[in-house]
Amino acid sequence: MSFPMSKSTIIRLAWLPLCLLLVACHTDMYDQPRYSANQPSDFFEDGRSMRPPPPNTVAMGTFDPNSAMFSGRLEGDLVAELPMELTAELLAHGQTRYNAFCAPCHGLTGAGNGVAAYRGGMQVPTLHDERLRTAPIGYYFDVITNGVNRMYSYAHRIPPEDRWAIAAYTRALQLSQYTVAEALHAEELAELP
Amino acid sequence: MSAQIFPRNANVIFMLSLIGLTLMSIGIIAALIGIYLSPWYTEVGDAKAQPIPFSHKHHVDELKIDCLYCHSTVEQAAHAGFPSTDTCMSCHSQIWTNSPLLEPARVSLQTGEPIVWNRIYDLPDFVFFNHSIHVAKGIGCASCHAGTDQQHLTAKAQALWMGWCLGCHRNPEEHIRPRDEIFNMAYNPLSLPLSERLALVAEYQIATDGRLTNCYACHR
Ligand code: HEC
Ligand code: HEC
Ligand code: HEC
Ligand code: HEC
Ligand code: HEC
Ligand code: HEC
Repeated sequence: MSFPMSKSTIIRLAWLPLCLLLVACHTDMYDQPRYSANQPSDFFEDGRSMRPPPPNTVAMGTFDPNSAMFSGRLEGDLVAELPMELTAELLAHGQTRYNAFCAPCHGLTGAGNGVAAYRGGMQVPTLHDERLRTAPIGYYFDVITNGVNRMYSYAHRIPPEDRWAIAAYTRALQLSQYTVAEALHAEELAELP
Repeated sequence: MSAQIFPRNANVIFMLSLIGLTLMSIGIIAALIGIYLSPWYTEVGDAKAQPIPFSHKHHVDELKIDCLYCHSTVEQAAHAGFPSTDTCMSCHSQIWTNSPLLEPARVSLQTGEPIVWNRIYDLPDFVFFNHSIHVAKGIGCASCHAGTDQQHLTAKAQALWMGWCLGCHRNPEEHIRPRDEIFNMAYNPLSLPLSERLALVAEYQIATDGRLTNCYACHR
């Protein structure tokens, strides 16, 4: 194209500035006609587009009544052994989960003095009594999964592996508050006041 | 000789109106850009009314509840999600049970209809975003939701410009933190020396080959 442009070229290209108008018309792609997570819906009666699964359904591979891993029980009895290997990583992971999900009520040490207790006045029992110390580890899994009396279930927020990690960490907490002196090594005994 | 069609100063008027037109279009464009960048359009700092005046300042800063307690899917899923009514009621079924502010939660628990929170951060539908990858690679909540823990009503801390996403995807070492500081809102990523931050980028295997700025990463 040579400059100066001929008159007819200018006239032929005169529609181009109209394209600028198109630039502003874009909101249809911003909100596309599909649901995204957490979006309300007026199609379903309860107003949510994320459909809750029908009652008593489970995802494939997440439930097995005969597996200690998923139910905390074997043949109806609470298991006394952790159904996975106990490692330092598992305990460290359990600590982050415990601090996030349990400490607000039970406190960082499990003494029952979390913020909901001392700021809100909730009655929370300590995890350091004789009955709980001797309860099988499956009991903690069971409490997290199904709740107990006033305590709600945490099953929908904590996956089974994490529940076991918390159970293992709870045991460590109990040990931290209640260890018989005979169980210590000689050098540790020497450090006692 | 025919009468003059144009007055004597026609040339001047013509020049002036050309200049005027140019200035006006520059002005209009500048004003549009101004509006586009302004908090009025981006809603930065704009606290929205919520069905329950939920306060992060109260629950996170003062009560020290971890983000995970309420946004529990953030490590595994694309969405951090909003807490279910059940989550609030795990505490509020026993404490502050008579608070009129919590009436919508009690109604929701009875009817099963969820509380509808007003969205603060909302990307256009043509952008793909995923929380879990960012959390897994050492990007903390505060890098994108700075100051949420100090707000009584949640407000946007950051306009979700494409340029902002790209800025970090080009230089993740400016924002990276150790994984155990992800939920710590007070942590400052720059408190680590650059060499250690670069070491973290390598340790977390963050792609530095330009894959992260490829259009396909976010527009798929
Ligand atoms: C919202 C507060 C709250 C949270 C969070 C909470 N609990 Fe509890 N927990 C309670 C209360 C209240 C009780 C007492 C229940 C009762 O007997 O009425 C309790 C009881 C217990 C008991 C004792 C049950 C018994 O037999 O006496 C265990 C064990 C326990 N919780 C473990 C946990 C673990 C593990 C977590 C973290 C996943 C957790 N709790 C999170 C409030 C809470
Ligand atoms: C006690 C529960 C609770 C805790 C703990 C909590 N949040 Fe929230 N969060 C909520 C609720 C409820 C909303 C919706 C109402 C609102 O926007 O304030 C929300 C909304 C948000 C939003 C805005 C979402 C949007 O786009 O509308 C962000 C961002 C957020 N939370 C980040 C955090 C971070 C970061 C933490 C941890 C430092 C945290 N939250 C801890 C309950 C909680
Ligand atoms: C771990 C326990 C816990 C959870 C979970 C929790 N809160 Fe609270 N909330 C508290 C405590 C404790 C207070 C009182 C704070 C204080 O000391 O002033 C409170 C206070 C409040 C208040 C102020 C009540 C008033 O009348 O002043 C509101 C509103 C509130 N919470 C909403 C919520 C919502 C909505 C959720 C769910 C997203 C939620 N809370 C989850 C413990 C909790
Ligand atoms: C890389 C930036 C980034 C990081 C890091 C980040 N977020 Fe977000 N967050 C976003 C964006 C962008 C959105 C909007 C998502 C959308 O519209 O789909 C969002 C949305 C949210 C929402 C609204 C609900 C949802 O899932 O869409 C919550 C709640 C939230 N973030 C909490 C958190 C918490 C808690 C953390 C820390 C664990 C966190 N975010 C870390 C960028 C981030
Ligand atoms: C503060 C830094 C930061 C910000 C801001 C940020 N990102 Fe990222 N993003 C990262 C890092 C780090 C990764 C992990 C890269 C990897 O795995 O190699 C990532 C990964 C991603 C991925 C996955 C890429 C893939 O295919 O592996 C997507 C998608 C993404 N980001 C989208 C976004 C969008 C959209 C925004 C803006 C709303 C955004 N990010 C803002 C740091 C950031
Ligand atoms: C890191 C994530 C990311 C990458 C990579 C990315 N984008 Fe974007 N893009 C975004 C976000 C976020 C927005 C929305 C910005 C807004 O809401 O204003 C956007 C918006 C856009 C828009 C504007 C649409 C409109 O109507 O406003 C265009 C066009 C676009 N991107 C093209 C591209 C192209 C071309 C590339 C590759 C060179 C690219 N993007 C790479 C995140 C990304």
